[in-house]
Amino acid sequence: MIRFDDVSKTYDGQRRAALKNVDLEIEKGEFVFLVGQSGSGKSTFLRLVLREYRPTRGRIFVAGREVNRLHNWKIPGLRRQIGTVFQDFRLLPGKTVHENVAFALQVIGRSRKDIRQLVPETLELVGLEGKGDRLPEELSGGEQQRVAIARAFVNRPRILIADEPTGNLDPATSVGIMKLLDRINRTGATVVMATHDSSIVDQMRKRVVQLADGVVVRDQVKGVYGYQ
Amino acid sequence: MRHIFSETWSGLRRHITMVVAVVVTTFVSLTLFGAGLLVYQQADLLKGRWYDRVEISVFLCTQATAGDNCTPGADITDAEREQVRQTLESNSEVAAVEFETKEQAYAEFQEAFDGSPVQDSLTVDQMQESFRVKLVDPAQFEGVVSAVAGLPGVQAVQDMREYLQPLIGVLQALQIAAMATGGLLLLAAALQIGNTIRMAAVARRREIGIMRLVGAGNLYIMAPFLLESLIAGVLGIALACGAIVAMVLFLTANPQVSLQAGAWIGWPEGIFAMVGVAIVGIVLSIVPTIIATRRYLRV
Repeated sequence: MIRFDDVSKTYDGQRRAALKNVDLEIEKGEFVFLVGQSGSGKSTFLRLVLREYRPTRGRIFVAGREVNRLHNWKIPGLRRQIGTVFQDFRLLPGKTVHENVAFALQVIGRSRKDIRQLVPETLELVGLEGKGDRLPEELSGGEQQRVAIARAFVNRPRILIADEPTGNLDPATSVGIMKLLDRINRTGATVVMATHDSSIVDQMRKRVVQLADGVVVRDQVKGVYGYQ
Repeated sequence: MRHIFSETWSGLRRHITMVVAVVVTTFVSLTLFGAGLLVYQQADLLKGRWYDRVEISVFLCTQATAGDNCTPGADITDAEREQVRQTLESNSEVAAVEFETKEQAYAEFQEAFDGSPVQDSLTVDQMQESFRVKLVDPAQFEGVVSAVAGLPGVQAVQDMREYLQPLIGVLQALQIAAMATGGLLLLAAALQIGNTIRMAAVARRREIGIMRLVGAGNLYIMAPFLLESLIAGVLGIALACGAIVAMVLFLTANPQVSLQAGAWIGWPEGIFAMVGVAIVGIVLSIVPTIIATRRYLRV
């Protein structure tokens, strides 16, 4: 589903590479934790998957497309295959829960009929049934992150990318979010999650890819967080 | 589609003062630009009628004319007319000579003052015959003028270029002034539109970020901004066209103005100016918008 072939990325004006010779393959339906200290290249990895940047060297395949050769006008098509969740939720404050989730479908031109069906379905999946009329500010952090996950998943993408999704949440709430991501993973979606949260990684026992200074230093099936 | 329109509407409402400023600037700059187009066509019309065709007119005596070389109460004789023609044609400074009969002069008068109250005030007999002389070098007119000015039957020699020059000079100055002011204001309007759209884009940057993330197309993201500036631009264009209509109405409906110059612009020239204003106005609203939103759409 995601393949990196000898990928390096150096940002303009910087001498140190953010990623160095990364070879990695993530299969369809896998759940992968991306761990490593700040600046180790986790975010760069995720941004390359989203084609926010092109790699300096190497080839990247996402959902069957070679993304570094993708024309700019085909990038929206790629992003419709990928749902994205962030640490800071990124909800629209003036819109209700339902509107926030529906927004993701409206702006890619889905019909109102689809929206009427998919949005309540997805809200139920993330455990927010009955809260569609609330505004984000009326919700707890965990609930807001569920809205963000619903928005990322409402179009049923094949890949879900989560960048520190539990970074702003307390441990008990984080467990709930992880259960939700696990449920989404079980529907067949590939999940890639960058995190600093060692207890979550240790509990979940999923594949762990560790980056340090832009290099993959560990790739472990059913791994643990493994460093302090 | 509904989303695009609601975004456009909320954008227009959110920046209503800026939108009004954009409409006013667009309106004023396009009006000046349109006025420049009108003046330009007016100058062209005047030039086309006389300036390039004729440089010197040699008016011949009629029964009604008086002058040093005219026999009072008598037309120029055939022999005198022939002598004038030969003098002109044998002059090496002369490129071409054309004879205009009374009937031709009358026809031109009728055409020039079509619809004007003075149209019927003259008869064919009151018109003057003339030779229209084109010079090899328009600057060397004195030789030709002095060669025919003293001949019997010549009532007057008029250098048309000298006669038209002040009017055309004024028109050209007006044209340059209107175009230059209009151009500067057009630049101001373009910058203002760019800034307004940039503000609108900053206000919506969260939405834009999410749209890009979930895979909305660039055109879809840009559409509310394009519509917003197009609506402001079209309002400006409409107001400017209204001003042009008012100018043309003033010129065509005012007998005092149309009396003073035969060749005066009318509706065809007005429509030309309005089409020019519309094209420039639309380019003016679209191009700055595309430039202003480009950095928010970079993938």
